[in-house]
Amino acid sequence: MKFDTPATTNPIDQLKVVGQPLDRVDGPLKTSGTAPYAYERHDVVANQAYGYVVGAAIAKGRITGMALDAARAAPGVITIVTAETAGKLDKGKRNAATLFGGPEVEHYHQAVALVVAESFEQARAAAQLVQVDYAKAEGAYDLAAAKQAGVEPSEGSPDQKVGDFEAAFAAAPVQFDRTYTTPDQSHAMMEPHASIAAWEGDKVTVWTSNQMVDWATTDLAQTLGLPKEQVRIVSPYIGGGFGGKLFLRADTLLAALGARAAKRPVKVALTRPMMANNTTHRPATIQRIRFGAGRDGKLTAIAHESWSGNLPGGEPEDAIQQSRLLYAGANRLTGNRLATLDLPEGNAMRAPGETPGLMALEIAMDEMAEQLGLDPIEFRVRNDTQVDPANPDRPFSQRQLIECLRQGAERFGWDKRATKPGSRREGRWLVGIGVAAGFRNSMSMPSGARVRLDAAGVVTVETDMTDIGTGSYTIIAQTAAEMMGVGMDKVVVRLGDSSFPVSAGSGGQWGANSSTAGVYAACVKLREAVAQKLGFNSADTAFADGQVRAGNRSAPLGQAAGEGGLVAEDTIEYGDLAKQYQQSTFAGHFVEVAVDAATGEVRVRRMLAVCAAGRILNPKSARSQVIGAMTMGVGGALMEELAVDKRHGFFVNHDLATYEVPVHADIPHQEVVFLEEADATSSPMKAKGVGELGLCGVGAAVANAIHNATGLRVREYPITLDKLLDRLPDAA
Amino acid sequence: MKPFTYERARSPAEAAAAAARTPGAKFIAGGTNLLDLMKLQIETPGHLIDVNGLALDKIEATAEGGLRIGALVRNTDLAADERVRRDYGVLSRALLAGASGQLRNKATTGGNLLQRTRCPYFYDTNQPCNKRQPGSGCAAIGGYSRQLAVIGSSEACIATHPGDMSIAMRALDAVVETVKPDGTARAIPIAEFHRLPGDTPQIETALEQGEFITAVVLPKPAGGTHIYRKVRDRASYAYALVSVAAIVQRDGTARVAIGGVAHKPWRVEAAEAEIPRGAKAAAAAIMAGARPTHDNAFKVTLVERTLGAVLAEARS
Repeated sequence: MKFDTPATTNPIDQLKVVGQPLDRVDGPLKTSGTAPYAYERHDVVANQAYGYVVGAAIAKGRITGMALDAARAAPGVITIVTAETAGKLDKGKRNAATLFGGPEVEHYHQAVALVVAESFEQARAAAQLVQVDYAKAEGAYDLAAAKQAGVEPSEGSPDQKVGDFEAAFAAAPVQFDRTYTTPDQSHAMMEPHASIAAWEGDKVTVWTSNQMVDWATTDLAQTLGLPKEQVRIVSPYIGGGFGGKLFLRADTLLAALGARAAKRPVKVALTRPMMANNTTHRPATIQRIRFGAGRDGKLTAIAHESWSGNLPGGEPEDAIQQSRLLYAGANRLTGNRLATLDLPEGNAMRAPGETPGLMALEIAMDEMAEQLGLDPIEFRVRNDTQVDPANPDRPFSQRQLIECLRQGAERFGWDKRATKPGSRREGRWLVGIGVAAGFRNSMSMPSGARVRLDAAGVVTVETDMTDIGTGSYTIIAQTAAEMMGVGMDKVVVRLGDSSFPVSAGSGGQWGANSSTAGVYAACVKLREAVAQKLGFNSADTAFADGQVRAGNRSAPLGQAAGEGGLVAEDTIEYGDLAKQYQQSTFAGHFVEVAVDAATGEVRVRRMLAVCAAGRILNPKSARSQVIGAMTMGVGGALMEELAVDKRHGFFVNHDLATYEVPVHADIPHQEVVFLEEADATSSPMKAKGVGELGLCGVGAAVANAIHNATGLRVREYPITLDKLLDRLPDAA
Repeated sequence: MKPFTYERARSPAEAAAAAARTPGAKFIAGGTNLLDLMKLQIETPGHLIDVNGLALDKIEATAEGGLRIGALVRNTDLAADERVRRDYGVLSRALLAGASGQLRNKATTGGNLLQRTRCPYFYDTNQPCNKRQPGSGCAAIGGYSRQLAVIGSSEACIATHPGDMSIAMRALDAVVETVKPDGTARAIPIAEFHRLPGDTPQIETALEQGEFITAVVLPKPAGGTHIYRKVRDRASYAYALVSVAAIVQRDGTARVAIGGVAHKPWRVEAAEAEIPRGAKAAAAAIMAGARPTHDNAFKVTLVERTLGAVLAEARS
């Protein structure tokens, strides 16, 4: 189905099932521990052996020798694979560094050997006996030092100039110029990367945990030099990804290589201490923001420049993209610079670009409002735009940012905010509230699905879409139920298998809208097939309560299927609506914090997100997405930082004891409100995405609340107490 | 994990004798730290002596009016004990500030005293570490050291002792009771139990080869207001940046031990005379000679400010 004109009324608009806050269909499996996650799929193939990854001990250089005899002789060891013995390997087009290093080492903990043994413990013990000698090379590990050599990257947003920023900035009566930094961050999802691989002749099947089944299939095939048809990826349950599982990673490749060498199935999981350096992370940024404004509080000049670093072939953290669209202003300058760093590969982490971009931009907006003597909400409202500022003929499909901010202010008690920072004290606590705009583009991606109808009236959906904890199973079932006029109990959803039609996958908050739109398209075809089979006029056929009706005729849905069943398959594809309309999602994020006046400890007290993000397909799972994202925003604001050892080139705090993410005690109260919206330009579902919007802006809202509480600005994330301590008022 | 042999000890003395007899042996109780370290091959014992079956899980009154805490009393039980909560509140609060409920259910009194540092370089076997591999060097010096020691450190090691319980015990003047492999018992004041790193950071306590902790004895209650204040980057389940265990009397005198700053619970008895003059003077005396790194210089300020908050709380 080609979606190239705005949606009109369609069966989804009934909202009998879609839009309802239904429980997750996969909830019982997950709460009872019976959802089959990759590493625990003992049933799929017999005789599984265990692989353990040896990671490079240096960040950059060459392997000069490997002594494997001791490890080979260790109890239970079946084989050891190295790049030297693995055979010729290509590199997947989405990988910057190779996934199997040697003799060149491109980053710390890059996989350099896989030890395969009868048990996990034997493989691990033997891995410690692998002796690797290295010749270390000099590397660049310090973004601030490498920044000057940064170049305009070929990927990400190219430089954009609108009007004449320099002249407008120079002429502006009120000027603002500040630099912000965000650190490297780790996805830190619960389930590590894990895969089981089994060969049958020259075909390989991998049961894994991957957000993008088709990318994994394509890139594994390319890396192994196989036709894509000989690779099957199965990834039905994923214990969190956050972008860390968008790509083919070492676990999958090494499981396949290990299984080929061991001549039996091999499973490989990355251990927690390897995840920070072996896999991808959100890259650090340095961001300079300049504003020029009139005394009326209208921005006349906006510049946002961002520096990040990556391995050769890696992409920049595109932290400037929201600054092209969020606020009005006739003169604009935005651009990324990319430096070469020899740290592990930086890549997408939940809301890449906007997350660090808004962490900087939305503090800057708070600072500029203060400088102008304006309320921060009023300042944002005054600079709202309903069109793409660079192309005024191109409107937003929908934009309710002002409504998000106004309604949030009302609900959160914004009028009680102390206008003088540092003036509200409750016992030992300095209390403040902060706001930030949330913004994330809504991307629609092609997505396919196959639907089957059987004689019992059961509808089975098959698509390679994934559920990374987001609720895909549930909203896809809701879509099929709505379209085919059956209850949720008559829908079966099967996901995450490369033998199913290729979907949008889970990334960029496009999954929900795109994958359900693909199911919609397939269901439209199935409805036509049903009508045809029953001899009904398809134009006026209605599907409800398990029945098909046209005129005065009616039949049970299953009757159309007959003995052989009916199958329909389609893919949603898009015209140029996204070019005609800027499709984005918006939020107002509100945070109240208390800062210990003596120690500088920051504790979040309550949070509110008011979101405008198209039709909400399931308010319950959508809310879960948003509160999870808000939690991640608090982590980014207050504690998350991969600490770089700039001498040796690695992330030092590579476990969950030292890379801290929020715990329950850090997040006392969260509220989420969804504004009524349905975006006819996004897809027949009229939905967008919320999974990343919930994170975008949260960090700055926390930072702004800290400023309101203490009067102190911190422009280097995370805002740990040491950055406040010296400037807090004298202790008692 | 290196393969190991395993036995269950039948008495404290036998446990000690077995440990002395078997090179590379380790006692295991709750295993909350040791098992993690074994999986990472930071600890590689060839033999484990399981002491969980020993009847050392009681808290009993002593003739001197104090408490004898068996080495196998779990952190959860110790924190919840009515006598501990009433008379040694600083200890109960310190325990509850540590780890998580699940870990406290397993962790024991004796084992907790032997908890090893959380220095990230100690945990990464690719990196030199004088504690893990004596003589290999210290990667933490000049590296990422935000959590590490600011006082009492050496050219060989800047690791911190990560405990909470032990900080409170230091303020309480607890005594560690042990049995040696030859069957003799001894009592080690907590002040002498943990060591500074010097040039042998791998030696962390006064325990001799095979010596086994049987109990921790608390002297009779000291009265006063008991406060344990742990400052950290998140609200729960994190190691202290700085912690203060304090027992403050009505007359303004106090005993204070500091966590998160040194290779051992940090207490300077001579400095406590300064406490009635305020936190600034007291902290200056307690932290005299501090040698922080660039990353952790804030801890010196944080000690002063946290101590100030603690003393103010005690007064109120």
